[in-house]
Amino acid sequence: MNKRSRGLRLAVPGVATLALLTAACGSSSKSSSNTTTTKAAVTGNLNVFAAASLTGAFNDAKTKLTAANPGLNLTYNFGGSNALVAQIQQGAPADVYASADQKNMQTLVTAGLVETPVTFAKNKLQIAVAAGNPKGITSLADLAKPGVAVVLEGQGVPAGDYTRQVLTKKGITVSPKSLETDVKSALAKVTSGEADATVVYVTDVTAGGPKVQGVNIADADQPDISYPIAVVKATKNHAAAQAFVDSAVSGDVQKSLEAAGFSASK
Amino acid sequence: MAIVVLPLIALLQRAPWSTLVHQLRSHDAFTALRLSVGTSLGALAVSAVVGIPLAWVLARRRFPGRALVRALVTLPMVLPPVVGGIALLYAFGRNGFAGRVLYDLTGWRLVFTTGGAILAETFVAMPFLVVTAEAAFRSMDRRAEDAAATLGASPAYRFRRVTLPAVAPALAAGGALTWARALGEFGATITFAGNLPGATQTTPLLAYLDIESGHEATALALSLVLLTVSLLVLVALRDRWLGNS
Repeated sequence: MNKRSRGLRLAVPGVATLALLTAACGSSSKSSSNTTTTKAAVTGNLNVFAAASLTGAFNDAKTKLTAANPGLNLTYNFGGSNALVAQIQQGAPADVYASADQKNMQTLVTAGLVETPVTFAKNKLQIAVAAGNPKGITSLADLAKPGVAVVLEGQGVPAGDYTRQVLTKKGITVSPKSLETDVKSALAKVTSGEADATVVYVTDVTAGGPKVQGVNIADADQPDISYPIAVVKATKNHAAAQAFVDSAVSGDVQKSLEAAGFSASK
Repeated sequence: MAIVVLPLIALLQRAPWSTLVHQLRSHDAFTALRLSVGTSLGALAVSAVVGIPLAWVLARRRFPGRALVRALVTLPMVLPPVVGGIALLYAFGRNGFAGRVLYDLTGWRLVFTTGGAILAETFVAMPFLVVTAEAAFRSMDRRAEDAAATLGASPAYRFRRVTLPAVAPALAAGGALTWARALGEFGATITFAGNLPGATQTTPLLAYLDIESGHEATALALSLVLLTVSLLVLVALRDRWLGNS
């Protein structure tokens, strides 16, 4: 074989492979991320039921998603993960469910109401106090001091359960003044001045505005907080639901999550 | 008619009859029921102490702005309860003007306390007593009072021994309504008083939280109790409302 024909024999498969790759990638001229492959735009209605702590990130992602999918009508229902489970069990029209803990997702898995979940984000707990920290709270132990009005989230609400898990492990007894239905409600008690402190996620404090500041909880004390997401089996728009789940794992939604302070799930 | 009857039938049908007592005796449910009885009676007491004299003044005394006072007193009857809770929060919360004064004078706070729950219930329920009492004071036969006056009875004596007995049936009816309204209050309580078992988690709050978190049986059991109480109040007041009073 002479040099030229050997070159051709390498070049032809090479060009063919290149052509195949280009065809597979399709037209992704607007994509700025090298992790997202192009998907066909999804349309229709999409109801995402998500833990309250995801409010900021998911709302932020909505603008990007609706820009990329003009026919998509995306609505959110934010609340305590346990309240959302009850709603889905009662037949509420959810297409996607994103929980702040595995336990609530497992309830739906056991009931056969969702497809296989996938973990898409991690978070950490943080103490939230009024800006300026007037009560001088520096640790979880300070929450047990008399004269400090603490509110926590209720039983079954992931943030509340995580917090009680940590407090029990450290042997700290806190008497909350109220048990709120989700992290946003608890944070609102602090921003309005009715309570001195609560425990929410770092992402909530970041999103909480100028009236709130955070007091860190050591990494060694942090519980393992991982958020699973799943397509609800009763969905009438499986394509859009799956696209949202994929975006939460590694797409526009994931980017919004990281910008809000969530850690990647790996 | 179906709008009212169907939900009630569904409630009766889905109720966990066999485990009803067990559900109600569970710690949270029993605590909530006991607390509700206490707060609703407390609200009735406050409503009576504040509301009956107020109703008397509205019925018997002319003064500038009387119509406005009457409208304000009746306002909580039509105001959405959550709005009432928000208003209470801004008045009696830690940063509220009334809340701060109260704290400076007594060291007490009302927000997040049983007292706060009683205040929230009083706010929404007192108008019922004032309206009923005012109507009764207006429409009673004044001659008995006049007779007592000519016989030398003091105003306080007249009020206690002549007026009150004359309006007692109307006050009882108004009181029953007030109590039932206080018992069922939810929006103002959860917004202002908060949610803590034993202190502020009244029966309607617990029923809401239970149904929201999938504890259907307890929610249904508590709903049945509240439904029964409501029905009893209506049965007791049927003569008054069906025009036999």
